[in-house]
Amino acid sequence: MKRLVIKDVSMTFTVPGDAPIRALHEVSLELQPGEIMTILGPSGCGKTTLLNIVAGFLAPTEGEVRLEDNRITSPGEISTVASVRPKSKPHDTRIMGPGADRGMVFQKGALFEWMTVEKNVSFGPDMAKKPRAETRQAVAHLLKTVGLQDFATKPVYQLSGGMQQRVALARCLANDPDVILMDEPLGALDALTREKMQGLILKLWKETRKTIILITHSVEEALFLGERLVVMAPRPGRIEKEYRLPFADRGMEDDPRHVKTSPDFTMYREEILSMIWGMEEEIMGRAKEPA
Amino acid sequence: MKNRNPSKLAIWLGLADNSFTRQKTVKFGDSSAVNSGRAWGILMIVTLFILWWLATNRGWVKPIYWPSFDAVISRASLLWTEGFRNVALWDHVALSIYRVLSGVFYGAMLGVPLGFAMGLSSTARGLFDPVVEFLRPIPPLALIPLIILWFGIDEFAKIFLLFLAALFIMTIAARAGVSGVNVSKVHAAYSLGATKFQVLRHVILPNALPEIFTGLRTSMGVCWGTVVAAELVAADKGVGSMIMIAKNFLQTDTVVIGIAIIGLIGYVIEIVMRKLEARLIPWKGKL
Repeated sequence: MKRLVIKDVSMTFTVPGDAPIRALHEVSLELQPGEIMTILGPSGCGKTTLLNIVAGFLAPTEGEVRLEDNRITSPGEISTVASVRPKSKPHDTRIMGPGADRGMVFQKGALFEWMTVEKNVSFGPDMAKKPRAETRQAVAHLLKTVGLQDFATKPVYQLSGGMQQRVALARCLANDPDVILMDEPLGALDALTREKMQGLILKLWKETRKTIILITHSVEEALFLGERLVVMAPRPGRIEKEYRLPFADRGMEDDPRHVKTSPDFTMYREEILSMIWGMEEEIMGRAKEPA
Repeated sequence: MKNRNPSKLAIWLGLADNSFTRQKTVKFGDSSAVNSGRAWGILMIVTLFILWWLATNRGWVKPIYWPSFDAVISRASLLWTEGFRNVALWDHVALSIYRVLSGVFYGAMLGVPLGFAMGLSSTARGLFDPVVEFLRPIPPLALIPLIILWFGIDEFAKIFLLFLAALFIMTIAARAGVSGVNVSKVHAAYSLGATKFQVLRHVILPNALPEIFTGLRTSMGVCWGTVVAAELVAADKGVGSMIMIAKNFLQTDTVVIGIAIIGLIGYVIEIVMRKLEARLIPWKGKL
């Protein structure tokens, strides 16, 4: 397991004839192996940009991201897609771009609808040309873990939204990544399914002890799932405040409803909500001012 | 209150609505509340045949403008047994279909890679976009004179014309298919360790298949229309040439039969392509 270091990452988009847009300003974070961190913030705070930089889809204009000794992205050089699999060269210091060491779970639309559930999950191992029998066993095990053992041969488009996200989680785990990046993984689900899936994410985290970064719009979700919670603020996108929380650990033993209604949970929720409300007000206020 | 369920036959004929539509109070403007109206369709067909029969039997129209029912039937059986101008009827039809299939095949062979290149590379897009956009709106028939000048009127000329007709449709379909890929899918594939080639093979290509298939369906339709027109201009075999030659001999019945065959085959092509699509690309429009 590897340590993820995000160091002084800034992202500035310059449009000719316009003021530069500072999507991220000197963001630094360090994740120890096995930590689960949630990132929360109003739209435009740069949280998705940050995740895309960590994933290697974007190169920051300043700063760098490292996974132990491997540089994922740094400025100046356009990150090219790794044609060499990162895992085959653990101490390669080239710019890697996206790679199998960092799994992604998207909000929706990222499953391959022309494949069955099984084929989606085995995509990573298949691309790496892992032995068939081994992969099949691993996939069967993962499908059982996410509760889809009876749906292996179904095409993914026949599944409900919640089940599709279960496939996405299993597909990501099948690659055994060091870090899992989740961009609003439960954002498109209804409230009931969402709560159930939060439990699943905690369970997977506990069983696999992966390092996880999860972006969300929901304060409750961020509090419940994050050992660490980072609140980001917009204009420029930056870290506003960081919390260390006990709820992720508690949520695995206790009843989630019980955790979410406990006094300290409620207190945090109100504090963060009013913080974000403040940011929104500020944006609205600025928008109203004449240019 | 009267609540008798209409028979299955009545629903099939469109004389009664199914149980879902029956409960709807808003029907005007709800397109799903419009049933097949098959009974009216049958009525229409029967009426047309009666009119045909009356018009020719009573001498309302001369046989040279429109043949009688009996003449068409006897001519059809003659064509079936003896063919047209020493060529079996089926050979005329098969030749036209063969030309269409070849044209679409070659058009797709070049058009799909071209469309992919245009969707994936700025250079290819820049190079080919002006050419494709300029040639695309030209009806293939307008190219016939030029193609006759270049290649004469042999088989190659006809297939080349159909190839051109299919080429631009396939190029644009493939390009649309590539451009339509959700970037999340591409990102997901790279994050799962796929190489560029694997992303092309396992994500971009399957993702573009529905569009490519729609392109194939459109090309088949367009090429069918084009082949008939091309055969009208210059050919001695094929359904198009059959009706053109029949016209010269004032065989109106053969002309009418030819037109019916052309319509029928166009329809069959469409149906077959739709069935194939549902079979091969069941995920189309889902997710």
